[in-house]
Amino acid sequence: MSTIIDGLSLGSIYALIALGYTMVYGIAKMLNFAHGDIIMIGAYALFTMMNLTGSPIVAIITAIVVCTLLGIVIEKVAYKPLRGASPLAVLITAIGVSYLLQSVAQIIYGAKARPVTLFSLGTVKFGEVTLSLSALVTLIVCAVIMVGLTLFVKCTKIGRAMVAVSEDKAAAQLMGVNVNNIISITFAIGSCLAAFAAVFYLLQISATSPTLGSMPGIKAFTAAVIGGIGSIPGAMIGGILLGLIEKLCQSVTALSPYTTAIEFGILILILLVKPTGLLGRKRREKV
Amino acid sequence: MSYMLETNNLGISFGGLKAVQDVNLKIEKNCLYGLIGPNGAGKTTLFNMLTGVYKPTTGSFSLDGENLTGLSQETINHKGIARTFQNIRLFNNMSVIRNVLVGLHNQPDFKCNPFVSMIHAKRHYENESNMRNRAKELLRIFDLEEERNNLACNLPYGKQRKLEIARALATNPKLLLLDEPAAGMNPQETAELMDTIRFIRDEFDLTVLLIEHDMSLVSGICDEITVLNFGTVLDHGSTRSVLANPEVIKAYLGD
Repeated sequence: MSTIIDGLSLGSIYALIALGYTMVYGIAKMLNFAHGDIIMIGAYALFTMMNLTGSPIVAIITAIVVCTLLGIVIEKVAYKPLRGASPLAVLITAIGVSYLLQSVAQIIYGAKARPVTLFSLGTVKFGEVTLSLSALVTLIVCAVIMVGLTLFVKCTKIGRAMVAVSEDKAAAQLMGVNVNNIISITFAIGSCLAAFAAVFYLLQISATSPTLGSMPGIKAFTAAVIGGIGSIPGAMIGGILLGLIEKLCQSVTALSPYTTAIEFGILILILLVKPTGLLGRKRREKV
Repeated sequence: MSYMLETNNLGISFGGLKAVQDVNLKIEKNCLYGLIGPNGAGKTTLFNMLTGVYKPTTGSFSLDGENLTGLSQETINHKGIARTFQNIRLFNNMSVIRNVLVGLHNQPDFKCNPFVSMIHAKRHYENESNMRNRAKELLRIFDLEEERNNLACNLPYGKQRKLEIARALATNPKLLLLDEPAAGMNPQETAELMDTIRFIRDEFDLTVLLIEHDMSLVSGICDEITVLNFGTVLDHGSTRSVLANPEVIKAYLGD
């Protein structure tokens, strides 16, 4: 039982990050490989503010603001000039931004892992089972965020414009939708989710380093691909699936050394059977 | 007086190819204006310039006296030019009504602060329901209200064309550009479409510029036409006189 809750909570962190990948891909048609590093920057923002003020609330708010602004700035400075360039150029730029962020963090904070304790929540007992409270909080907050995001996309003007831009950017633009604004908003939302991911990730591992974002970044990217990249519910399902698999594998002694191999093996299997991912749509070519 | 649309020596080259050159159109307000010409004559390219998809390399154009040359697509749309596409470009996986709602996205009547939307305040719901009502009115004109919750891609072809016009109208244009609105329609549908175009011209106080190959539609509703051939204007004037011009007949049918 506690393994399942741990898995769901890790999965919902992956899902939060995967949402960032999938939304940016859906709307800007690019893979933002610097997304994982925004989590790392968020973690350092938390670390800095915790040391300066000691207040988790201030630290969390700062991290959210820093990440959101960083997402918008990266898009404006690095990706916007490449709109219309070949996807490969954008991809290389994204990798470049990723290394840039890691190096900047290393210059400022050093390569050593720094301990961060936001708050410790302890455990709760439900009859026989003991559950970690932080896992429960993660799960609940992530669920609320995901429902909120789904409603936002479904029921608001901006959300509708986002779907329209992801369907046909040029047609949306000709209908008066400001595509640049929509892309900025998408990056802002994705990076804001990354800040939340940073908070929950630090609750689990309690230390930050310049490469903190790489592994969850890659795992979440995998989750987005498993779910069908570009699909919001797909990213949620993919993330939760991956988190569950990871925790279940780790709980079985014989399997635990192969956890990562199993996760990526499943990615390969799913792509073999369904190349567009679980909820991905086939793009029909017009004749 | 100023014309609704006026172009001055408008032209564009792609590398060495002069796709369109020296086009001078003068379209009066509330006119139904036709643009005809053989395939590859540059008609759609001209539309793309008028909507900001391509930046003209020479000349300029103005809408209702205001120069719009070189502005971005969405700005030109805000200033009052909307269009449909030769190959239908609906948002296929969105419902019919949501397609129209996207067209209403930037209408000043429906401005709503994103933060208001995010906290789902009452203002947000009022705004959304106003938008839906407006969208339904537009769909009613095109007889699409019943199908508003279907996916756009599941509509039959003729209705997709109508939905494109409804979506363009949602952006509240002064000038509507229709790129082959009757393509793929049977004679009955074409006749209905002609009535609809006249109706929306009067109802929305529009000026319409349309590209069409169906001569029954062109001669049936256009007040004036311009003929493009190899990127230049072959002839222009009242529909009857232009269609009687031997040069025009030759361009279309060969010698």
